[in-house]
Amino acid sequence: MIHEKVAAIVDKYEADKESLIMMLQDIQDIYHYLPEEALRYIAERMDIPLTQLYAVATFYKAFSLTPEGEHTIHVCCGTACHVKGADRIVDRLERELHVKEGGTTLDKRYTLKTVRCVGACSLAPIVMVDDEAHGRLNQDKAAKLVRPKKPA
Amino acid sequence: MIRKWEDLQEIRKRGERKIRPNKIKITVGTATCGLATGSAEVLKAAREAVEQTGLDAIVAQAGCIGYCQMEPIIDVWIPGFPRIFYSQMTSTKVRQIVEALKKGEHKPEWALGKIISETNIIDESVFNYTSEKVPLEIAKIHHLNDVPFYKKQFKIVLRNCGFINPEDIEEYIGAGGYQTLFKVLTEKHKPQELIETVKKSGLRGRGGGGFPAGRKWETVAKAPGDIKYVICNADEGDPGAYMDRSVLEGDPHSVLEGMILGAYAIGSHHGYIYVRHEYPQAVKKFTKAIEQARELGILGKNIFGSGFEFDMKINRGGGAFVCGESTALMASIEGEVGEPRPKYIHTAESGLWNRPTNLNNVETWANIAPIIARGADWFASIGTESSKGTKVFSLVGKVNNTGLLEVPMGITLREILYELGEGIPEHHRFKAVQTGGPSGGCLIVDTFGWKHREYLGDTAPPAVSYVTESLIDLPVDFDTLTEAGSMMGSGGMIIMDDTSCMVDIGRYFLNFLKEESCGKCTPCREGIRNMLAILNRISAGEGKMEDIDRLVEIAQVLQDASLCALGGSAPNPVLSTIRYFRSEYEEHILHKRCPAGVCKALIHYSIDPLKCTGCTVCVKACPENCITGKKQKPHKIDDARCIKCGSCQEVCKFNAVVIQ
Repeated sequence: MIHEKVAAIVDKYEADKESLIMMLQDIQDIYHYLPEEALRYIAERMDIPLTQLYAVATFYKAFSLTPEGEHTIHVCCGTACHVKGADRIVDRLERELHVKEGGTTLDKRYTLKTVRCVGACSLAPIVMVDDEAHGRLNQDKAAKLVRPKKPA
Repeated sequence: MIRKWEDLQEIRKRGERKIRPNKIKITVGTATCGLATGSAEVLKAAREAVEQTGLDAIVAQAGCIGYCQMEPIIDVWIPGFPRIFYSQMTSTKVRQIVEALKKGEHKPEWALGKIISETNIIDESVFNYTSEKVPLEIAKIHHLNDVPFYKKQFKIVLRNCGFINPEDIEEYIGAGGYQTLFKVLTEKHKPQELIETVKKSGLRGRGGGGFPAGRKWETVAKAPGDIKYVICNADEGDPGAYMDRSVLEGDPHSVLEGMILGAYAIGSHHGYIYVRHEYPQAVKKFTKAIEQARELGILGKNIFGSGFEFDMKINRGGGAFVCGESTALMASIEGEVGEPRPKYIHTAESGLWNRPTNLNNVETWANIAPIIARGADWFASIGTESSKGTKVFSLVGKVNNTGLLEVPMGITLREILYELGEGIPEHHRFKAVQTGGPSGGCLIVDTFGWKHREYLGDTAPPAVSYVTESLIDLPVDFDTLTEAGSMMGSGGMIIMDDTSCMVDIGRYFLNFLKEESCGKCTPCREGIRNMLAILNRISAGEGKMEDIDRLVEIAQVLQDASLCALGGSAPNPVLSTIRYFRSEYEEHILHKRCPAGVCKALIHYSIDPLKCTGCTVCVKACPENCITGKKQKPHKIDDARCIKCGSCQEVCKFNAVVIQ
């Protein structure tokens, strides 16, 4: 199962080493982490030592070797967000989700991460829920992003 | 496929008609900042309203016109009328605008401004919007250029952002795009001519270093070897700067055209753009731009039938700040860990895959086509003696108007902050401006630091002589900022007021760099860690006076011995805050006080009984339930249980929550 999907990704980039990081990103998107099996497959197929793949997978922030939640919450901690209270938002979300920064909730729904800057600084502080940006937040508004929506 | 000048002109006409069609066009800004404030809903509402009312209009999308704080922004084009911009739109408002348009009416009360004529920066053609008598209510709307935020702007890089659909190459051509490239390639300009023009223009790299672009091109062009690469660095890592994202999302072809021109000048046939993975919209738009350019024969073999061959590839970054450094970026494209290489081998001679490589950032590339089109003298006439042209700044933080602005180099901080930015929010005092990202520094621009020392009874002269001088009239260019202890960097300007603690800012950047240091060289890896430990101590109220000297000492080692600029410039934020705000460090150490009320260990929250109205809002907001008090009676915070989260302060409408 994993092999087929990973093979398709490797084919998409024509097994070009220049696209290695993008392959790993696509795998991360599907599985919310980099399964060992996938890394072993790539190592063999592209003739890259597994140690080297491990180095790449642990160097870049975009990758994780342990399963992450279905949704990723990225709290922007860029300078503009920092001066407008990003730390408070991280603290609040940590309490709200009962996880520490970098952790995944028990129900595997959310992973809480911080990010250097999402480039929407005039709307600081910002939180990204997956690819969706939410600007001009305060602690309460941020907490509402992760609370289950009330049935209409 | 474009082969002849006429082919290009035909597309240009089509593009012009798309930009300014013969019916009403409502354009919604849908770059990331627009989307973060709900422009997707505004777009949907506009489409629905047009359908329901049966208004004969097109609903289109564009990038960002820079005034991000006012997003969602839309603009309305009616043939023969000025172009009107409306800000802070909602679904309801946009529906009302559409309904008004259907009745032949307008909503001037929501207008941000209007434009009556536009000059094309590439060929100087002028387009006048107004061709007949417009109603008085529209005549009364002020010009966009009279809005303080736009007053002193001069747009070269952001020329098309917010004006064209970034996903349609015909609109870029309609705005005069690819004409320069066509002329250069088909009229067989000599590559050396292009290099000379860029050299003479005085264009310096906009990514931070400020290295003369023409000189870099020349070195790569002269380097031996058949295979050479051009790279666009779009790994915009400096927190607080987002002009590159805005250009990629709003006008990707301007970067592409610049890169093809650059490739032709240095003799390269392969290009790369390395985009941060935090910018999904930018990746999407640039991918589309590449596809469309290939279809028209602007990328690939035999471009415009000239025989010149060039193609591009997108690489998404993996989320590592150090990859903005040129050699680390190249390692990352090669599929390796993004560690920098020693600089004694220049990338211009041995870069990507050990071939001569020319790397410039997004903003630099976007400048190229106008420079070639209008000539070196035109570009060199803008800016200061040592820094030519314009610079895009992101004005953010504690300032009234936030957004992206493009101004001629040499403008003063005062103009940016007080004229375009319209100053600091009420009840607060301006403290510092941080430029240059984690490699830059904090600049004080009034005499606050010195006065504060006097207030503390410290009569010793300040460490640096010009602290007492006002830096606010400093003309902003590459060299003046470096002399003042910061740097231009990529153009982030984060404004700080009296609620920003300078020790905390130093700590913030070191924490950032600790995470981002690749760990290859010891001075950077260990130096940053140790400096951070000292700062953590100071902000916890456990600092000693000798810690300040120790910080300076370690900083020296980092500057002298680090392998790349990340480590070499890492101490800048700390050094500059010590230089300008030493008293604040001393206050933390000697009096265990954080004057800005930020460092958690040194502050206490309490409620001012004179201001508290007993509205109970804070009681509900407190996550620890440690605020007590009856309705309409002053409340109290139980200090022992308070976790200092600041929720109460955020919700209090009467400024009754105070930090001591």
